Amino acid sequence: MQALFGQLLIGLINGAFYAMLSLGLAIIFGLLNIINFTHGAQYMMGAFCAWFLLRYAHVGGWHPGYWSSLVIAPVVVGAVGIVIERTMLKRLYNLDHLYGLLLTFGLALVIQGVFRNSFGSSGMPYEIPSLLAGGVNLGFMYLPIYRAWVIVASLAICIATWYVIERTKLGSYLRAATENPTLVQAFGINVPLMITLTFGFGVGLAALAGVMAAPIYQVNPLMGADLIIVVFAVVVIGGMGSIMGAILTGFGLGVVEGLTKYFYAEASTTVIFVIMVVVLMIKPAGLFGREH
Amino acid sequence: MNAMKRSLFALAIAGSLAAGTAYAQYTNNEIKLGVLSDMSSLYTDLAGQGSVIAAKMAVEDSGIEKRGIKVEIVSADHQNKPDVGSAIARRWYDAEGVDAIVDVPNSGVALAIAQITKDKNKVFLASGPGSSDLTGKACSPNTVHFTYDTWMLANGTGTAITKQGGNTWFFIAADYAFGQALERDTTAAVERAGGKVLGDVKAPINTQDFSSFLLQAQASKAKVIGLANAGGDTTNAIKQAAEFGIVKGGQRLAGLLVFLTDVHALGLQTAQGLTLTTTFYWDMNDKTRAFAKRFAALDNGIHPTMVHAGVYAVVLHYLKAVEALKSDADGAKVVAEMKKLPTDDPLFGKGSIRVDGRAIHPAYLVQVKSPAESKYPWDYYKILATIPADEAFRPLKDGGCYLVK
Repeated sequence: MQALFGQLLIGLINGAFYAMLSLGLAIIFGLLNIINFTHGAQYMMGAFCAWFLLRYAHVGGWHPGYWSSLVIAPVVVGAVGIVIERTMLKRLYNLDHLYGLLLTFGLALVIQGVFRNSFGSSGMPYEIPSLLAGGVNLGFMYLPIYRAWVIVASLAICIATWYVIERTKLGSYLRAATENPTLVQAFGINVPLMITLTFGFGVGLAALAGVMAAPIYQVNPLMGADLIIVVFAVVVIGGMGSIMGAILTGFGLGVVEGLTKYFYAEASTTVIFVIMVVVLMIKPAGLFGREH
Repeated sequence: MNAMKRSLFALAIAGSLAAGTAYAQYTNNEIKLGVLSDMSSLYTDLAGQGSVIAAKMAVEDSGIEKRGIKVEIVSADHQNKPDVGSAIARRWYDAEGVDAIVDVPNSGVALAIAQITKDKNKVFLASGPGSSDLTGKACSPNTVHFTYDTWMLANGTGTAITKQGGNTWFFIAADYAFGQALERDTTAAVERAGGKVLGDVKAPINTQDFSSFLLQAQASKAKVIGLANAGGDTTNAIKQAAEFGIVKGGQRLAGLLVFLTDVHALGLQTAQGLTLTTTFYWDMNDKTRAFAKRFAALDNGIHPTMVHAGVYAVVLHYLKAVEALKSDADGAKVVAEMKKLPTDDPLFGKGSIRVDGRAIHPAYLVQVKSPAESKYPWDYYKILATIPADEAFRPLKDGGCYLVK
């Protein structure tokens, strides 16, 4: 029983990463209709950005560490995302979704290839920030403080994002612009700018997840390559474009995966896809998606 | 005087005839080696492009091309998928005139390649794979397994740690041919040394998060947690074990297969104190240091792992055998010649290849240095013990290889 509690908690931690990543994907898909396959590569770039800042950047006497990376990395990687959106994705808006998917998939392969060539495949070490080092004994398990921080921070980010999009005026503009861009533009709102910034925000979320993952995993050029497939499955299960769906399924599937690791570890990499198949058969729009 | 002239003349004719037939015997008039490795995923640094570089260095150092024999090296990425690796091997053997496949980290792929190589009567020069089955129940007259294997790792690390008092074990094993073989062989070594295995969990290859498995290992209360995995899987497991306070909690981690590049990736702060077994370390003598210096200059500064060194040595030996036979056409014959000739190279020293295809050389039990002990870049290991060649590998009779009579 004790072991089970531990596994549940571990599942929640991994779910936190799934939630943050699928949230970004869901925003980009739901509001911009782009299937962003570079998301995994952008998550990796976030981690690399943090590593790079820690290792090389010295501004005067100031060394940007983990905490400043949490801000700088999403901004930098988000800006890269914006450049990609402005120069490439923009041209594909009137074409089928498939073109955007192919473009972003190709870009992801190129980015990962370049990083692997420059930094190798075994990755770089990244220490846990001293403030969050160590752990507490919960009785049923030893919980590293850093992991607890990951759950709390990602929950806060997810809820805040959901709130902005679903409950504020800015969010309502955004949602309206997706439904009918021409009409919203007629009201004097700069729709292309809003779309670009939203894309940048979604990408920034991926980078933020990357920074948070850096102290747990190796900072590795391929860290996002497998993850992106799982995260896409999460988005599909949750319902393409549903913000709350992405968050809840992210956490939920993390827990399911964690339990699988306990009861039948061999199936832990496939269980999410089995669930995806079942969900698609019963509810093709996903658990939280609306049928069109 | 006259007699001597005559015999010299005869010798010259014989020599030119021999040379003539020799050229005719090299398929496509060249020796063609295919380096099949992981070029894009978790084993890339420990093998990958470095294996191609090592093979090229071996060709250069053999001086064979100066003697007029052309050697070509091609390479491909097996993506850790046996089906992908098999398709490349068939294409290489059937359509592209490849005479021997080199390296193949990933035992799953390697077992498939061994079978295809036997069917086509070519040569498989294995450096990267670990499974001891390659010279055991899956042995082949066309395979040479050079660098290391799971039995040797288990015998080195498993026995040493059990004898030091780590007598209860829990395994986190990679869920494919290699991890299973390593767990099986280590279990045997631990039990031989008087220890006991309390449990295990099989993690899929290329797992990012090991916390769930580590928690199970922690709950088992075993004194030693054996990591029967490799590359990125090992580094992630070690890093996360530190995070979950496994070592602080009194349990000991045994990385059963840890490469130099893994230690580099972890950093000494995390990796210090790990005990591991290897057959090659770059900083052992002047010859290995000279090799490492040349190699690092060609491979982004990465220092050679034992897999890279093994590729170099086995290619060198293969070329020797082919040159002695003056032919690369019959794979089984080349391997038989490789077994006949003693091995001798600057990296592994003198050794031999057994009838089951197992190359025999010493192994070293090493410990990872602490950051304070490390004096220069890549100064990572101190050698605790040398396991002599005749004890380092599985006794010939225990492997179950049908070639052993």
